[in-house]
Amino acid sequence: MTAVQDAPAAPQKEIGRDRRRKEDQRLITGRTRWTDNITLPGMLHLAMVRSPHAHARIVSIDTAEAKTSTNVVDVLTGADLGEGQGVNINAWPITPDQVTPTHVPMPSDRVACAGEIVACVVARSAAEARDAAELVDVEWEVLPAVLDLKKAAADEVLAHPDLGTNKSAYWKFDSEEAGTGGNVDEAIAKARTDGIVIEREYRQQRLIPAFMEPRSVVVDPTGEQITMWSATQIPHILRFALAATTGVPESKIRVIAPDVGGGFGGKLQTTPEEFIAWAVARRLGKPIKYTETRSESLVSGHHGRDQWQRLTLAAEKDGTVTGLKVDLLADLGAYVAIVGGGVPVLGAFMFNSIYKFPAYQFGVQTVLTNSTWTDAYRGAGRPEATYAIERLMDELAVEVGVDPIAIREKNWINADEFPFTTVAGMEYDSGDYAAATARAKEMLGYDELRAEQKRRRESNDPVQLGIGVSTFTEMCGLAPSRVLGSLDYGAGGWEHASVRMLATGKVEIVTGASAHGQGHETAFSQIVADRLGVAFEDVEVLHGDTQISHKGLDTYGSRSLVVGGEALVKATDKVIERAKPIAAHMLEASADDIEFSGGRFSVRGTDQGVAIAEVAMAAFAAHDLPDGVEPSIDSEATYDPVNFNFPHGTHLCAVEVDTETGGVKMRKYACCDDIGNIINPLIVSGQVHGGLVQGIAQALWEEALFDESGTLVTGSFVDYLLPTSADTISFDIDHTTSPSLTNTLGTKGVGEAGTIASTPAVVNAVVDAIRHFGVNDVRMPCTPERVWKAIHANDGGDPTERAAMPHFGDEDVAGNQETPGASSTEGAGA
Amino acid sequence: MTRIHLTVDGASVADDVEPRMLLVQYLREKLGKTGTVIGCDTSNCGACTVHLDGRSVKSCNVLAVQADGAEVTTIEGLSKNGSLHQVQESFRECHGLQCGFCTPGMIMQSVDLLNENPNPSEEEIRLGLEGNLCRCTGYHNIVKAVQHAAAQGSSTVGQGAQA
Amino acid sequence: MIPTAFDYLAPTTVEEALSALAQHGDDAKIMAGGQSLLPVLRMRLNAPEMVIDLGRIDSLRGVRDDGDAIVIGAMTPHFEVAKDPLVTEHAALIPKAIEHLADAQVRHRGTFGGALAHADPAGDLGAPALALGAQFVIAGSGGTRTVGADEFFVDLFETAIGEDEILTEVRVPKHTGWGAHYEKFVRVVHQWPIVAVAAAVRMDGGSIAEARVGLTNMGSTPIRARAVEAALVGAAPTDDGVRAAAEQAAEGTNPPSDLNGDADYRRHLARVLTRRAVVAAAGG
Repeated sequence: MTAVQDAPAAPQKEIGRDRRRKEDQRLITGRTRWTDNITLPGMLHLAMVRSPHAHARIVSIDTAEAKTSTNVVDVLTGADLGEGQGVNINAWPITPDQVTPTHVPMPSDRVACAGEIVACVVARSAAEARDAAELVDVEWEVLPAVLDLKKAAADEVLAHPDLGTNKSAYWKFDSEEAGTGGNVDEAIAKARTDGIVIEREYRQQRLIPAFMEPRSVVVDPTGEQITMWSATQIPHILRFALAATTGVPESKIRVIAPDVGGGFGGKLQTTPEEFIAWAVARRLGKPIKYTETRSESLVSGHHGRDQWQRLTLAAEKDGTVTGLKVDLLADLGAYVAIVGGGVPVLGAFMFNSIYKFPAYQFGVQTVLTNSTWTDAYRGAGRPEATYAIERLMDELAVEVGVDPIAIREKNWINADEFPFTTVAGMEYDSGDYAAATARAKEMLGYDELRAEQKRRRESNDPVQLGIGVSTFTEMCGLAPSRVLGSLDYGAGGWEHASVRMLATGKVEIVTGASAHGQGHETAFSQIVADRLGVAFEDVEVLHGDTQISHKGLDTYGSRSLVVGGEALVKATDKVIERAKPIAAHMLEASADDIEFSGGRFSVRGTDQGVAIAEVAMAAFAAHDLPDGVEPSIDSEATYDPVNFNFPHGTHLCAVEVDTETGGVKMRKYACCDDIGNIINPLIVSGQVHGGLVQGIAQALWEEALFDESGTLVTGSFVDYLLPTSADTISFDIDHTTSPSLTNTLGTKGVGEAGTIASTPAVVNAVVDAIRHFGVNDVRMPCTPERVWKAIHANDGGDPTERAAMPHFGDEDVAGNQETPGASSTEGAGA
Repeated sequence: MTRIHLTVDGASVADDVEPRMLLVQYLREKLGKTGTVIGCDTSNCGACTVHLDGRSVKSCNVLAVQADGAEVTTIEGLSKNGSLHQVQESFRECHGLQCGFCTPGMIMQSVDLLNENPNPSEEEIRLGLEGNLCRCTGYHNIVKAVQHAAAQGSSTVGQGAQA
Repeated sequence: MIPTAFDYLAPTTVEEALSALAQHGDDAKIMAGGQSLLPVLRMRLNAPEMVIDLGRIDSLRGVRDDGDAIVIGAMTPHFEVAKDPLVTEHAALIPKAIEHLADAQVRHRGTFGGALAHADPAGDLGAPALALGAQFVIAGSGGTRTVGADEFFVDLFETAIGEDEILTEVRVPKHTGWGAHYEKFVRVVHQWPIVAVAAAVRMDGGSIAEARVGLTNMGSTPIRARAVEAALVGAAPTDDGVRAAAEQAAEGTNPPSDLNGDADYRRHLARVLTRRAVVAAAGG
């Protein structure tokens, strides 16, 4: 078995290559396995009967006619399913006394938001199920509903009368109390006498993740284990939740996330639909499928954002920041979803961003309303934080009278100051804000555009130019388990990986991360190919099935590469260590003399060596292994990160505002992100582009709106405005590289960066274009009507429509009764 | 039930269908052509785009009975003799997809676009794909993919659309 | 996503279609391409017992020359209308509007007559048809009748077509040599227009000799901006030349207020877009 071969030329490094994706072959040819593609023998179909009311008591449900409809097998209500249906859990009670209404998948007494399911029809076809669902007669007693976040905070109408309050939890961080900084109130008081105080209230409108694949679930209760296929980001967490709340042992549950068509946080949930399908399949003993329509998806999949942000920034006269106070109201919707109130808390450490604030305070009041529950949407807490601080820094620049980049430069952490512990207690690992900014300015043509802006202003051009700046950072790589524990999160933040060395020289790697479009199969193959010196093509990535990937914490929070990838590195390192004694035996050398490089074990100082595939074969045959050595070199690792990592970047955009119509047209967008070392630049570029458009869409187009009775007005793609190719532009993107110090690969997360950074860049640009009309804010989304009204607010129009946000005193937040999002025609003023 | 006969991806098929059955449901449920997907219920998203007698249509917005006697090409019939259509190749080459759910419709519409206009400008590409939503890519690389396919002469390879 | 069950007929002649309509009356819906009807059926906003599909009546498809008018068959798909040489030569405003109508897939299936008969005030074809003085040929059991554009659009989703009648063709007076432009304002391109303006202009020397202006989504029907048309005669085809006339664009309109803008904003848009449409139509 000893092989003496010429060492082959070292293969090209895989890490850093723009490999085309392994995933694509099946996706471009239609050989896909979306959950809705799955058909099982005898499979029955579910149709849901949903509440049209935001808040109502269920007086009675008459299912008799539906039950006699053609090919209907059963019609079931919450009372029929009882406790066996389980509970949709909140995994993160942000305070010990958080008020948390029980979220039963199909309630039998009362609904707390429109779209809640009160009955389901089981039929032989989806069409017949839908037909019969129309025949279910529900008698409702409509109850007073509270939709408006600020009104809800005043506790006048209760979303859940039994709870006695809409206020779920108040969570606070104070730098003085934490010992990470000074007293923010003192900083503000001082600034009021001899410095600058910027006070603003910003609205983070409600958004809908709007992944392209509607959610679908198939449950097969035949066999010893019950199998659930679901369009989910979190098969492992889903399995845990099913076991924890439905009484089925975890070992009897198999969850599979097959091809999943996007998530963006929107599939980071355990849903009533999954639990109902589960309960019905168990009850009937037959496979069940439920696939939502887009309209159902928009109202019943969780929503994102939805905050009011009251912000006070203190600075010295020269623009040096001295304090930041953040006071949030966050809308939970009708229930506290799986992460729920944790979303704003994820932003708590980020409002100070890249700036050296000496004092900081963050408080969030989470509030229940009779609306669709909210949870993570791409960025989850960090876009809200970045928006607030980046809008404020522009306002500060105006107040000081300097360029918005100059004010940032004055206050940001310098490259030689890393690692840097912030006022929020985070240790930023690495970065170079000046380098990224310089590159972004160059790509945008910043100075030329400033000159053009000046010309247009001076000539009173009907099309005005605005330039927006956003120098962001974020924390990603969720998450060190001890940090999650300190925040009362219900689970850890580790990830698992295993590496199987097959006898034929192929490598199977199993990851607990669960991809839904990110390209893990490609990027993880690259990492393993380099580590083990095997061909990229010889690596197969397995994921998304709890029977194959028995252990994992799934994909969200830009964690897959920085946590899951690191677990993989550790598992491959163990493979090499396990292989060494066998290689030494094969080479008749001491294990101490064996070194591994380029896929070969060799004896130091000789040309003797064996390929790792040969060692795998030897382990498989097991005919001649050293004494006491197991016949396997397979390995696994579970990695718990020691810290987050902190990608950053400078995003610049130029917009043209048609002052006659209020229309906003993007002229150019340039960004330079620092995400540490890059595994696959092609995949990274895709993540950045897609993230950018989602963030731009928050700034310009998207908003979920309910009417006063709780009907989702933007309940289809006709009214919930996703941008198309014709509404967007091509982007200029580049990178600086400050390798992360918190993982072996030196990588940082990139999945959320574009979304986090772009929203304030765009709104800053819009405001910059029309600031000379006396405008200092336009509420998101910056619709043409809002922009136009902002421009004309100060020329004799209705003063209530002023775009400028008046400064506020210290009155109670709830005192402001403005209706968020009741109508996009309310004008620009926030 | 109404009897329909049509050609789908080169194969003759016949079925009794309810008149209310949408072409996309017929493709998926009767023929198992699950490569074509349903992304919305308002005809906004274009994920279900196929070619009907050589022109792109949203197959959620056509009844199966309306396709009686017609020729339908789906994403599954685009490659010929084992070789991908150039537009498929270009989507992979330019990373024009991530989750891949919009991709079948996006590719079928891109093929139609290039059949009509083999050398489109960026603006023409962007307008030509206005009926197809993507949530992952920000469209940047989709546009690049169509430009790439055009540069390679998309109509000379595969011939999927007008076969 | 699944319509309620219905029966289906696909007549091959107008006579067959009329007799089917007479037989099924109120329970029937006519499908003329189905690009607006099928979404309504999928969402179960309407549940007809019978769908009569005009898609197999070959005589309703195509464009022909008829002296001082061109005649567009009601079942001609949008994309065929848009590239028909007769249409581009004699009614250039129509292709300009079709360019902005929905998306390519819908333009392949949707039909000229179907869109007009649907009478959505936010539809892109009503304003151009009105501006060009189109005549609507309607077949019924007693023969055909012709209705002018001014009488055709009655109200929201309501036209002069009777319940037992079918729109067979649209006669568009030739506007040979006229400049044309359709100025559509949207937030994202796959929206219906917030407001749009269709303008056709005949130039004489350096000034506007005649103008036709139609407004989309400024009331329950498409609206002809006659005051603007009158004021444009003799105007220079420039922003300043057209501005005063365009200021009258919102007169007599009753625009909706919705998520995309209130009525006042729409009136303002109508004035701005009218000016732009006319200047563009005039080649300015």
